[in-house]
Amino acid sequence: MLMGVILVMLGYAIGMAIDPQAGLSGIVIAFVVYFIMLIVAFSSGQSIMLRMSNAKEADRDEYPQLYNIVEEMRISAGLPSTPKVYVIDDPAPNAFASGIRPEKSVVAVTTGLLKLMNRDELQGVVAHEVSHILNRDIRYMTLATVMVGTVAILSHMFMRSMLYGAMYRGGGRQSNKRGNPLILVIAILFSILAPIAIRLLYFSVSRKREYLADASAARLTRYPEGLASALEKLSGSTNDLKVADKAMAPMYIANPLKPKGQRLRNLSSTHPPLDERIRILRSMGQNHSYEGYQQAYASVTKSSKGIIPGSAMKPGK
Amino acid sequence: MNTTLIIILVIAVIIFIALISMYNGLVRLRNQVKNAWSQIDVQLKRRYDLIPNLIETVKGYMKHEKETLENVTRMRSQAMEASGVADKARAESNLSSALGQFRVTVENYPDLKANQNFLALQEELTSTENKISFSRQNYNDQVLFFNNKTEMFPTNIIAGMFGFRKREFFEIEDSSERKAPKVSF
Repeated sequence: MLMGVILVMLGYAIGMAIDPQAGLSGIVIAFVVYFIMLIVAFSSGQSIMLRMSNAKEADRDEYPQLYNIVEEMRISAGLPSTPKVYVIDDPAPNAFASGIRPEKSVVAVTTGLLKLMNRDELQGVVAHEVSHILNRDIRYMTLATVMVGTVAILSHMFMRSMLYGAMYRGGGRQSNKRGNPLILVIAILFSILAPIAIRLLYFSVSRKREYLADASAARLTRYPEGLASALEKLSGSTNDLKVADKAMAPMYIANPLKPKGQRLRNLSSTHPPLDERIRILRSMGQNHSYEGYQQAYASVTKSSKGIIPGSAMKPGK
Repeated sequence: MNTTLIIILVIAVIIFIALISMYNGLVRLRNQVKNAWSQIDVQLKRRYDLIPNLIETVKGYMKHEKETLENVTRMRSQAMEASGVADKARAESNLSSALGQFRVTVENYPDLKANQNFLALQEELTSTENKISFSRQNYNDQVLFFNNKTEMFPTNIIAGMFGFRKREFFEIEDSSERKAPKVSF
């Protein structure tokens, strides 16, 4: 993955800057940090996410329809077990999925969503979330999120040490011991650029997974209009989620944090624009397969980019 | 002479292993078909169980719709008696259209829509029908895989030897049934 390359390059540049022989150990340290963070994310990510969002396990008698819909989608997706159902008491309509493995997955929806959507629309939303589970997006995005975090931490630490290092030594004296100043400049430049580059990459990965989840949802329900109409209602709702967090954003159905700038919106958002997602779903016609979504995507965005990865197109998945 | 014997033995072992893996593959696919069928069956039975409750609940409201209700009951018992995938599919499809007819009639009884018991049953019925249609899709996919294997060379030889027979699709001809899961109340 391209993100890994950025991490390797950053580790190497920092290592070289500290000591010309330490380029390789810089890479090693970068990956040690990455794996430690990954272990934490994989082992307790789900419980942290559920606690942070105030989600509570839903009572079957209280939400029979929600349970039914989740079960329908499990059957349609062919998941080995039914995801646990959680409800978040929040008037803002939204939903997310969680769980590194399909057997331990969770689908959570807000009470606002339940109030706003009719059955078909709720089915569309749940299908989108189950698709994240089915496509292993949670694992995928956790890997990517941790990568972003690691790059941020390393860059930050390096810049800090440079700053304080320079202050202690009082300016230009250290250059003979530090090795090549050119490498130092490159490393600093890298520490500034790497976090930005990796974030843009991360956003583009996240948007791709959203398209894929929409396509899977259309396939699972065989009724793209349900999700389209749900997204339309979501775009009309104004209240942001109280408990949203940046790192959790890609797991929600619609971006829980409204971006501020309009022009940068398309590059720096975890989700594709809602109106575009709606138009793609609506132009699918009777073809509810991945191919149908791909065609609809091409005709709506006028681009021939392949948005459905080849691995998902294979039969039997 | 000795080497040719070894070569022949090696080839024989390879062929034997290939045969075993083909046989096992067929068994796995057949079990998947069976499993997929039992998933449909669970939902079909659930629908049979829901219908008497539903009829009981609406009987008081729909005194003038005896015919529609009787039709549903009759189709239900026919579907329960049907055996074999093709017959079952036909009978279930008739039951679905009878229920569709029933739903259209319900529209004329606004009182019913205020009845919590009815609404709960209605939700269960809708969900069960969705589950039937989604598990039918899965079943048909599994049957397709299995049938392809039993007909294609070289697995067709093994299939013939050990009596793996083609399975029937659970097909629904009535086009109105295809849209049925999308009726919401």
